Amino acid sequence: MSMRVGERVRGGVGESARRVDGVPKVKGAFAYGSDLRHEDMLWGATLRSPHPHARIRSIGIAGAVASPGVHAVLTADDVPGKRTYGLEFADQPVMAWDRVRYVGEPVAIVAAETPELGRRALERIDVEYEVLPPVTDMEEALRPEAPRLHEWGNVLRHVTIVHGDPDAEAEVWVEGYYETGMQDQAPLGPEAGLAIPAEDGGVDLVVSTQWLHVDRQQIAPCLNLPEEKVRISLAGVGGAFGSREDLHMQIHSCMLALHTGRPVKMSYGRPESFLAHVHRHPSRIWMRTGAARDGRLVNVRARILIDGGAFASSSTAVIGNATTFAAGPYEVPNALLEGTAVYTNNPPCGAMRGFGAPQVCFAYEGQMDRLATALGVDPLELRLRNALGTGSVLPTGQVLRGSAPVREVIERCAAIPLPPAPEPAAMRDPITFPGGAGNVGRGEGLRRGVGFALGFKNIAYSEGFDDFHEARVTLSADAEGPLAVVHSAGVECGQGLSTVLAQVARTELGIERVVLHVADTQLDSAGSTSASRQTFMGGGAVQLACAAVRDELVRRAGARLGRSGAVTASLEDGRVLVDGEPFAMEDLLDQPIAVERTFHHRRTTPLDERGQGDVHVMFAFAAQRAVVEVDEELGLVRVVQIASALDVGRAINPQAVEGQSEGGTAQGLGLAVMEELQVRDGVIANPTFTDYLIPTTLDMPSVVTEIVEVPEPDVPYGAKGVGEGATIVTTAAVVAAIRDATGRLMNRAPVRPDDIVGIRGPATTEGWAPSPEVPGPEPVPKHFGVDVVQSSLREKEP
Amino acid sequence: MLIRMQVNGEWREADVWPGSSLLHVLREELGLPGSKNACEEGECGSCSVWLDDDLVCSCLVLAAQVHERRVRTVEGLASGEDLHPVQRAFVETGAVQCGFCTPGLVVAVTDLLERDPTADELTVREALSGNLCRCTGYAKIFDAVRLAAERRRQGVW
Repeated sequence: MSMRVGERVRGGVGESARRVDGVPKVKGAFAYGSDLRHEDMLWGATLRSPHPHARIRSIGIAGAVASPGVHAVLTADDVPGKRTYGLEFADQPVMAWDRVRYVGEPVAIVAAETPELGRRALERIDVEYEVLPPVTDMEEALRPEAPRLHEWGNVLRHVTIVHGDPDAEAEVWVEGYYETGMQDQAPLGPEAGLAIPAEDGGVDLVVSTQWLHVDRQQIAPCLNLPEEKVRISLAGVGGAFGSREDLHMQIHSCMLALHTGRPVKMSYGRPESFLAHVHRHPSRIWMRTGAARDGRLVNVRARILIDGGAFASSSTAVIGNATTFAAGPYEVPNALLEGTAVYTNNPPCGAMRGFGAPQVCFAYEGQMDRLATALGVDPLELRLRNALGTGSVLPTGQVLRGSAPVREVIERCAAIPLPPAPEPAAMRDPITFPGGAGNVGRGEGLRRGVGFALGFKNIAYSEGFDDFHEARVTLSADAEGPLAVVHSAGVECGQGLSTVLAQVARTELGIERVVLHVADTQLDSAGSTSASRQTFMGGGAVQLACAAVRDELVRRAGARLGRSGAVTASLEDGRVLVDGEPFAMEDLLDQPIAVERTFHHRRTTPLDERGQGDVHVMFAFAAQRAVVEVDEELGLVRVVQIASALDVGRAINPQAVEGQSEGGTAQGLGLAVMEELQVRDGVIANPTFTDYLIPTTLDMPSVVTEIVEVPEPDVPYGAKGVGEGATIVTTAAVVAAIRDATGRLMNRAPVRPDDIVGIRGPATTEGWAPSPEVPGPEPVPKHFGVDVVQSSLREKEP
Repeated sequence: MLIRMQVNGEWREADVWPGSSLLHVLREELGLPGSKNACEEGECGSCSVWLDDDLVCSCLVLAAQVHERRVRTVEGLASGEDLHPVQRAFVETGAVQCGFCTPGLVVAVTDLLERDPTADELTVREALSGNLCRCTGYAKIFDAVRLAAERRRQGVW
């Protein structure tokens, strides 16, 4: 039964529909995790390790137990079930026992009547540590003599991709070494949630997260509860960007709630937030790029090393991504790409917007500029000459099946007008000088530079992962007419998922009144709000459910007409037309229609021994041109303009797409010129917004966005994800512009004042990192029987 | 200690620990969680409120200092379903994403436009440089400021 749907509904697909949560957010009425309250609630607090690596000799809790207002003091011995958890591998202790492996690792938790009483109790816990030598350098972690941080060693995963003839000769070679620093997602809303003990012995948890079901799959075994007794619903999420993928206070608050029989709230302050979530992996990348004289790429050799920190988190997937993207969005006939994620005693790293792609983009785009110089060709022309297109073969052997408007993003970006030339310094407000109010000069030594970068990334989970999304659509009628309720466990963390799902339902049902049910675990998984995947996965599930709702409407209308067979039907302005007979939708809704449907993306395969496989679902491409102004004497930078062209398949909500472009650019700009966690001997030296700088209104340039729409075949509306494209390329583009302005190598991001002034030279290396021996391309912990998490979330029969 | 202050036009009392910040008292004692705690050291502006007529970071103000003074918070801008023109402009321009910074920015923008509805772009950027946003890159927030300023100049508010 097919059915035509009229397109004249307001707020549908393709429109810049207003956010469904906009009004409560501007009124301060939207409840984030930190706003949750419950009468009778206690406050949880966490004692964390001050050492990057130490043995725990003893933990004395008597003083804390006797501290005023304290209701519970718990350690690893009190974990009711499994003592470890993890997003991919359960290698991380709920609380440390025996050994701590990073500064900030939880050691004990308390529940007290106020936050202040909780903090005081923490001071009265005596932990006796025997400090051990830490491994704080990712290359040192690979050395045989380095302390082993886990039974299975210090290598988390090593991936090798062999493509064509890696020994193929090229006429021109360029070689480079690149580093990127540890970036923080720095969402404005810190980690928070409220756990409420339930009468059935289970727990109800309201929490800011990115994936309710993967949380539950980790929490339940640690609490020794069946999954159905851990019910999770979503608190307002004050930004995520990857930082909410791993657990933070979930298990701790549940343990305290179950132990005390009282609701327990945990809400981190900013310094604790910096300790309690994973960061973007610092990287070291060695690359040789060979081309023919005509500019055609012939061979790419890359060696990527990322620092995973103390525990696995999602590092194994990040290195898979980084390695498969290492040759860039270019046709390369021959390649040898090797990537390794290692354990160290540094803070754990995991998901952050871009997920391995920004680091390699910084390297491969640096190489393309060097190659353009070596060949004497225009850098854009070089990129156009080698650009991927539909039908291209990637180094993994994967044939690029979907839309790949790589030439279009380059050309549309390049066509954006450059900003006007700067006024003479004497005419300018000094706040517009690089460094703004911090610039003590008079505008001497200002130079402009222009840089360009092209990048790409996968959409949705890869390497065989079936990250399905289930949604329920309920259509009913009340005095105001038909009303659709969309329910899914998909997490809105600011990007606009709820609005997109409402737009899809409006378009598919032809009605304007659509509301979102709070995301919770009543339904099956929606997968993570990450990997730019929710627009098409959630949109797909809602689209399927709406189609089933329409079928039922037509069946009901047909039954009224006494027909059971084929009919022609259409849906317009809230009316159902069946064989030409009109029915008001509400007249068919004496009983609501509720339908659940699950959307799956096309199946992919894991990487094999030679790094070959159909590993990624689809790709989004992005290009940016950055114009910067550099004060060469003071080492300061101002980004003047970012021209951005994003391949989005189709823009479901153009205003929201621009928002992703502008916001994603801000984070890429941060990694280019200011954002880096300063980790010294395993200690984060700048865990505050005073010392960890993120772009302000004075740092952000005008961002001009071109939305490139070439629909992806076989996905709802042809829409790709749009969350990460900008972030991937901004860092590379801005640093390229600084190179252009200064003539310096700038092989490390973020660029620091010392790098510009020349006090500090380029990042150096003693040579390519050695390749570790591993049992295979899968993550190493897998070979040692460490529990694989997400098992029931990886597969679902269609 | 017992303190008394006028919050959004209403006199309120709270018995607070002397070390409490105004932000803590607003959020935890007076049931006004609209002002957000994102850095607790005056860097991010998410807790912006008016103390008498001055824009302040409420995390940096001791609650005790507010005794017998006036405070206006984001909750005081419009009642019920109504939106203040600055709030409306934020909704219309897409200036809201995760929304955690939004109450503080709405307060800061209102403060700026109440004083100077003709503020040029540089003035706006400088005035808002103490309000961090991690989602939007600020472009849509500047759109909201332009829209709300235009409406103020037209006498809509």
